[in-house]
Amino acid sequence: MRSGKLVLALATIAMSASVVTSAVAQTKEQFFPLLSYRTGPYAPNGVPWANGKQDYLKLINARDGGVNGVKMTYEECETGYATDRGVECYERLKSRPGVAVFDPQATGITFALTEKVPTDKIPLITLGYGLSVSQDGQAFKWNFPLMGSYWTGADILIQHIGKKEGGLDKLKGKKITLVYHDSPFGKEPIPLLQERAKMHGFDLQMIPVTAPGVDQKSAWLQVRQSRPDFVLLWGWGVMNSTALKEAQATGYPRDKMYGVWWAGAEPDVKDVGEGAKGYNALALNTSGKEPKVIQDIMKYVHDKGQGTGPKDEVGQVLYTRGVIIQMLSIEAVRRAQERFGKGKVMTGEQVRWGMENLALDQKRLDALGFSGIMRPLSTSCADHMGSSWARVQTWDGKKWAFSSDFIQADDQILKPMVKSGADKYLADKKMTRRPPADCQS
Amino acid sequence: MFYRENGQFKTNYRDDQQIFPILQDRIAIGLLLAVAFVAVPMLASDYLFRAILIPFVIMSLAALGVNILVGYCGQISLGSGAFMAVGAYSAYNIFERIPGMPLIPALILGGLCATAFGILFGLPSLRVKGLYLAVATLAAQFFSDWMFLRIKWFTLDAPSGSVSVSNLQVFGLPIESAVSRYLLCLTLLLVIGVMAKNLVRGAIGREWMAIRDMDVAAAVIGIRPMYAKLSAFAVSSFIIGVAGGLWAFIYLGAWEPAAFSSDQSFRLLFMVIIGGLGSIMGSFFGAAFIVVLPIALNQFLPFFAGLFGVEISTAGVSHAELMIFGGLIVWFLIVEPHGLAKLWSMGKQKLRLWPFPH
Repeated sequence: MRSGKLVLALATIAMSASVVTSAVAQTKEQFFPLLSYRTGPYAPNGVPWANGKQDYLKLINARDGGVNGVKMTYEECETGYATDRGVECYERLKSRPGVAVFDPQATGITFALTEKVPTDKIPLITLGYGLSVSQDGQAFKWNFPLMGSYWTGADILIQHIGKKEGGLDKLKGKKITLVYHDSPFGKEPIPLLQERAKMHGFDLQMIPVTAPGVDQKSAWLQVRQSRPDFVLLWGWGVMNSTALKEAQATGYPRDKMYGVWWAGAEPDVKDVGEGAKGYNALALNTSGKEPKVIQDIMKYVHDKGQGTGPKDEVGQVLYTRGVIIQMLSIEAVRRAQERFGKGKVMTGEQVRWGMENLALDQKRLDALGFSGIMRPLSTSCADHMGSSWARVQTWDGKKWAFSSDFIQADDQILKPMVKSGADKYLADKKMTRRPPADCQS
Repeated sequence: MFYRENGQFKTNYRDDQQIFPILQDRIAIGLLLAVAFVAVPMLASDYLFRAILIPFVIMSLAALGVNILVGYCGQISLGSGAFMAVGAYSAYNIFERIPGMPLIPALILGGLCATAFGILFGLPSLRVKGLYLAVATLAAQFFSDWMFLRIKWFTLDAPSGSVSVSNLQVFGLPIESAVSRYLLCLTLLLVIGVMAKNLVRGAIGREWMAIRDMDVAAAVIGIRPMYAKLSAFAVSSFIIGVAGGLWAFIYLGAWEPAAFSSDQSFRLLFMVIIGGLGSIMGSFFGAAFIVVLPIALNQFLPFFAGLFGVEISTAGVSHAELMIFGGLIVWFLIVEPHGLAKLWSMGKQKLRLWPFPH
């Protein structure tokens, strides 16, 4: 019966450990659930994103002691980019005390959680992804597509291409092909591209790539046959590097390829190296080790051996984006504390208010150490995006370099599309817009 | 001692043909139903419902369907995800396109559409067996993946391809809270489970088992293979289709075609293999195992690894889950091909003699 005694011993250790942990004094903690994917075909891009978020949380705890004394806690949950696992992680983590905000890191999971968060009263931050119509804050109270959506991204790309051609009217008769990931993420920009195609008279061709995008031979043979003037790449994970390799194999000039801001990071081009030279992509943020916040992370987190990932990942494009996302979440908590009580743990509703009333001007960004990384951002009840500017960067074989000025998405086109899309969503769900008084809550 | 049938004499055929002829069994099932319908809604937390109980109930329904096809009729099918998808999307279309359509008829009609799809893709079973049939049903899986991605009609022309349902209600009662969702799924599971059990006990079930054991001999004694195989596909696809509708409407709420990928097909097959081929009870065991294991591993593995001073990341837990599944399937197929259900029935056999060893 020795094995029986061993089992008994292990069981008593397990029980006593759980008792000890629950008896620890209740310090004030704001909890950040981190839905991430470190396995699967999207992991190469998901890992730096998740590491950036964790490192920033560790930085705030180590350098500032939390937000006004409230420590930041977090727990990662593996979703593998799958909607059902994302929903399961959400259900598991949503009832933790002090839960602040969810960043699903996936458009598919965002669609599912958008249905659930109004009941559970936890905001969703979907920076640069998710539902494009959710920038309308009066229809989508709990969604925050900060800094851009797929419609603004597509719009900025078309504007940039038009500028390069010498004017948007020069696009008439040209052929633009969208090679997209066959999922809600990849299909999002299509309505806006169709609208722009109508306006400027270019021929829009759409080539879907079956998820996860490892097999693109037929897609790129189609591209070679039709010889478009420009290819827009809407991919994620291994689809991006595969697309660049296939483009090289079929001989499509990479400098005519423009990727979304999720298709323009180091994991996408490193394997292809010189073969991706000239490839352009949208840049929501800068990269590099120079910004002060990145240096602080190196100093307070990595040099102390607390870094989440490898040191050479710090400062990469997606890592920095993760840092930005976490910074915006924490600034929302800070803003909420200004109204609802400094030094207290904020509820989901309070954090939502904070997120709706962000006012990060250049001075504040400089103080946070983000000067040069992103543009100033300010949200409001009606505008949950805050800022719709982006640049285009080009891979020169070794690093990313900016090849355009900041471009802002054209509100004239977007505003009516967002409004009618939001109205349709509300009508389908039999919901109504928020009354103006609700903006004060 | 407790499980003896002494004194329980059956005086008519009806008593002898009960699903649970032994009184102790009937008491146990009555207690189980009381716990499932009354105690669990009162005691379980919201998280337990949404993350464990609801997926368990829906997956056991789906595993039941797969077991009828794979376990009772011996037709290997890797297309169960496709049947779930067809059930879900047809229920969605019927629910959304026909104004005022109630929920349960929509789910049942979705199941019937899955039946038609299942019979169509079950036709290869009349010509091929075993591995070749598995490949033919895998074709159903890929076809369904393509169909719901590319044919916009099925997703009501949603530009993103993602669909969602809301404001569900049954007889005026809203199905919003976790308890109401759980009870709806449990009721459907009970009704369909009893129907399935009676089917496999009846003539048609014996025809399926004859086809499974030796289809040539079955044809010789007068069992029509086409009828038996296609009816197995039909019944199985109906059950899996209803389960798919429930999975989409009740558990996910909003879904895209990737929710019913080949991963789902393999999961269902694993449930049936681990739980026990050819046993209704086995579907429940398998579903419980597959639903609960990832969550248990997620909670338990980091703690367990911490005892040894090893830090395990979320990726590590995910990989461990796959390794454990693979290892267990191999182990079960070698050591106990009839799965957990056989262990359970062996336990019951020993219990009938307890405290005597033989």
